Amino acid sequence: MEKWLEELQSLLPEERVLTSLADRHSYSFDASFGEHLPDAVVQVKENREVADVLKLANRYKVPVHPRGSGTCLSGGPLPVHGGIVLDMSQFPAIIDLSPRDLTVKVTPSVLTGNINKAAEKHGLMYAPDPSSAHVATIGGNLAESSGGPRGLKYGVTKDHVLGLEVVTPEGEIMKTGGQTIKNVTGIDLTKLIVGSEGTLGVIVGATLKLMPKPPAVQTIMVAFDEVRKAGEAISQTLTSGILPAKMEFMDQACIVAVENFQPVGLPVDAAAVIIIELDGHPETLRVERGLIEEIMEEMGAKEIIIPKSDEEAAKLWHARKQVSPAIAKIKPTKVSEDATVPRSKIPDFMDRLEIIKEKYGLDVVAFGHAGDGNLHPNILCDKRNVEEMKLVEQAVEDMFQAALDLGGTLSGEHGIGTMKAPFMELELGEVGLDMMKRIKDSWDPNGILNPGKVFPEKGQKLVLHHE
Amino acid sequence: MSSSLKERLNYDKTFDCVQCGYCLPACPTYETMEKETHSPRGRINLVKMVAEGKASVEDLKEPIEKCLGCMACTTVCPTNVQYGEIFVGAKRVIDEERPRRRRLVEDFFFQSFFPSTKWMNALGNVTWLYQKSGLQKVSQRFGLTKRAPLRIHEFESALPSMPGPRNRRARADRYVRKRPAAAKVGFFKGCVMDSVFFETNQNTVELLLRSGAEVVFPEAQTCCGALHAHTGKVDQSVELAKRNIEAFEEEGFDYIVNNAGGCGARLVEYAHLFDEGTEWHERAVRFVDRVRDISEVLVELDGLTFEKELAKTVTYQPSCHLRNVQKVTSEPLDLIRRIHGVELRELERPEFCCGSAGVYNITNYEEAMDILDVKMQDVCGTGAGGVVTSNPGCQLQMKLGVEREGLGMDAVHLVDLLMEADPRPKW
Repeated sequence: MEKWLEELQSLLPEERVLTSLADRHSYSFDASFGEHLPDAVVQVKENREVADVLKLANRYKVPVHPRGSGTCLSGGPLPVHGGIVLDMSQFPAIIDLSPRDLTVKVTPSVLTGNINKAAEKHGLMYAPDPSSAHVATIGGNLAESSGGPRGLKYGVTKDHVLGLEVVTPEGEIMKTGGQTIKNVTGIDLTKLIVGSEGTLGVIVGATLKLMPKPPAVQTIMVAFDEVRKAGEAISQTLTSGILPAKMEFMDQACIVAVENFQPVGLPVDAAAVIIIELDGHPETLRVERGLIEEIMEEMGAKEIIIPKSDEEAAKLWHARKQVSPAIAKIKPTKVSEDATVPRSKIPDFMDRLEIIKEKYGLDVVAFGHAGDGNLHPNILCDKRNVEEMKLVEQAVEDMFQAALDLGGTLSGEHGIGTMKAPFMELELGEVGLDMMKRIKDSWDPNGILNPGKVFPEKGQKLVLHHE
Repeated sequence: MSSSLKERLNYDKTFDCVQCGYCLPACPTYETMEKETHSPRGRINLVKMVAEGKASVEDLKEPIEKCLGCMACTTVCPTNVQYGEIFVGAKRVIDEERPRRRRLVEDFFFQSFFPSTKWMNALGNVTWLYQKSGLQKVSQRFGLTKRAPLRIHEFESALPSMPGPRNRRARADRYVRKRPAAAKVGFFKGCVMDSVFFETNQNTVELLLRSGAEVVFPEAQTCCGALHAHTGKVDQSVELAKRNIEAFEEEGFDYIVNNAGGCGARLVEYAHLFDEGTEWHERAVRFVDRVRDISEVLVELDGLTFEKELAKTVTYQPSCHLRNVQKVTSEPLDLIRRIHGVELRELERPEFCCGSAGVYNITNYEEAMDILDVKMQDVCGTGAGGVVTSNPGCQLQMKLGVEREGLGMDAVHLVDLLMEADPRPKW
């Protein structure tokens, strides 16, 4: 047995250093692509233990890959260089609310959905709502700066963090930011670490911003007979002075898939639908609803559906949630991207997707948070079909290029991880990427913390196939 | 075995899992054992690894054996992964590699013991003798049962009191009515259910009769095969299924009724055992169409009023197999609410398994008790004075739970609670 592993085993209780093949395989994947076997999995339960593991890793130059619940869609926690998976999911989960400050302190293992549940008891909310919030840990959300449907009005995770407690790559414990809404002291390390995907430190605590929970919501569904019209209606709404909480988009393929999967009565002959959620005071909602109806009619909507009850509204949102499983019925493998474009460019992006679909002859469907330009084009394929997967790789590359051509970005809410690292220079340019790399190198001189993420290795390409 | 390892492990079905992790919060063993290896996602991935030759069957053994098979994961899975089939396939492959000695003992239990009415009667008789002769008291007093293997002592004190062999023999096989019947019911008596829980079976028949139904016990029926399937003896479980399908084909029944969540779950899955388009598949589909849990039939027939007021506060622990496989959720609650005086306090997490899971609590005692501890916190939180269950295994486990907590509570089968409330025919 290697010396570092022996030492690691003496550092922590036996049952929390996992080395059996079954255990190692169980932490070799996340919800994206790729499978990398770690040498050991370490389940830490206190700050000191995290620090000890990192110190040891620095001494022996062993890679450490922090991991929450492994729901990541971009490969963030994958142990691409072997070494240690640092499992943070079993850390004691603590939610410490300060309702009068509108803040909450949490430990990294807390499930994100539970923060919102705790806040709701005080009439407050934690705004970011990734679809995986009931499974994903806040630690992982902070590392990847996760988003969600409410991102349109409220932004992503990084917009809600006031302060952090972090173990540095060299095993020191530090605090960043604070608990105040305004805080401009020095360089903003909090913003630097959130979204750095576990390459600059291991987050062991965070102070998050809460906000008053809007007293009412109003759902509206609008159907269009042309995708372009739907895109234009989204832009028109957003420039009219109304800011919905959510504006979700589904193309015809998604609508049909949902209706085949679990029928809820969506208009299957529509080319696209938008589902809108307004939130705020009931009086305001009444006025805004009327304005939206006017805009949609002007933009040539085919049908406007206002749910008559909360149950009916819930049914529409349930249908939106069913898109992922429903399209998985088309073909078993789903390559889901989160390239994001400026909102005015959504119609153009839709056109480019259509071209890519034709060019490669692949099943491409689109849905997502169109209100913030964050569409999720999904390619349905079969992992076992090598030739098809090679085409998918090219199609993904074309999608990223299209988003960047339109002034967009590689990732709206999933992070870069392993999946998008090869394209980083396309977006950031040589100098931009180099400056990021310099920060990483000075923080983590031995390069032990989550190597293989964010920064591409020489000649690295997107690989989704197995020969 | 002619089929390849990949086929037997249902390799193709593992691709339905997109590894999203939505199953993690639903899985009791992930919660108590704190490892991805003991989560549905982890187990499916391991099956895939073994099929691809990246891990061995030996590596798969512990994670699969520690799975309760409660199927809670299947109710939250967004891509509808057939976890049950992957699980049974893995069990089967593990079973094929078990040591010879263990095989001999198991073969007796699974081939001769459970499927045999004779053996089941003997089990009932021995239990009766043990309780009535004073041996139970003596052995409990001197701690003799503590020396029995597999922690039997923990469970034996939770067993219901048994009627004598004469009473058991006195049961008729056919209860017909002079007036036209509301329904003709074929009663699936279960193996352990009909030996150790004989009274509950009697009460079930009584409820059906008072609801206006005719009840028949087809003689050729045998064990449902659930225990076989869940321990990897797939071929034997298919044989048992065929015998049961045949037995209930002998006369036309409106319903095939059972009162054990675990058995019922197996019965409703009979059609999956045969390839579509085959004669057996058709026969199985006809069989499955008529299978009902007792609670479903009582609600459908709606033939009872409950005369006696019971001043009780109870909570209801659904059997996982009734809830997650048979998808029966509202009927038991509905029936409990019909009893005057009974206050129903629902569990915070009714979907969380109690840890009984067939023979899991015997073969994986420590793990089952960890899960039971979580369940008991929930039970205590309701402040209820009793637990109502819908499966004999759950009932025993919950009895053990309340005893371990030192609560003055009882765990009863729904059927027994209904009988206590003096059910009378409505018309």
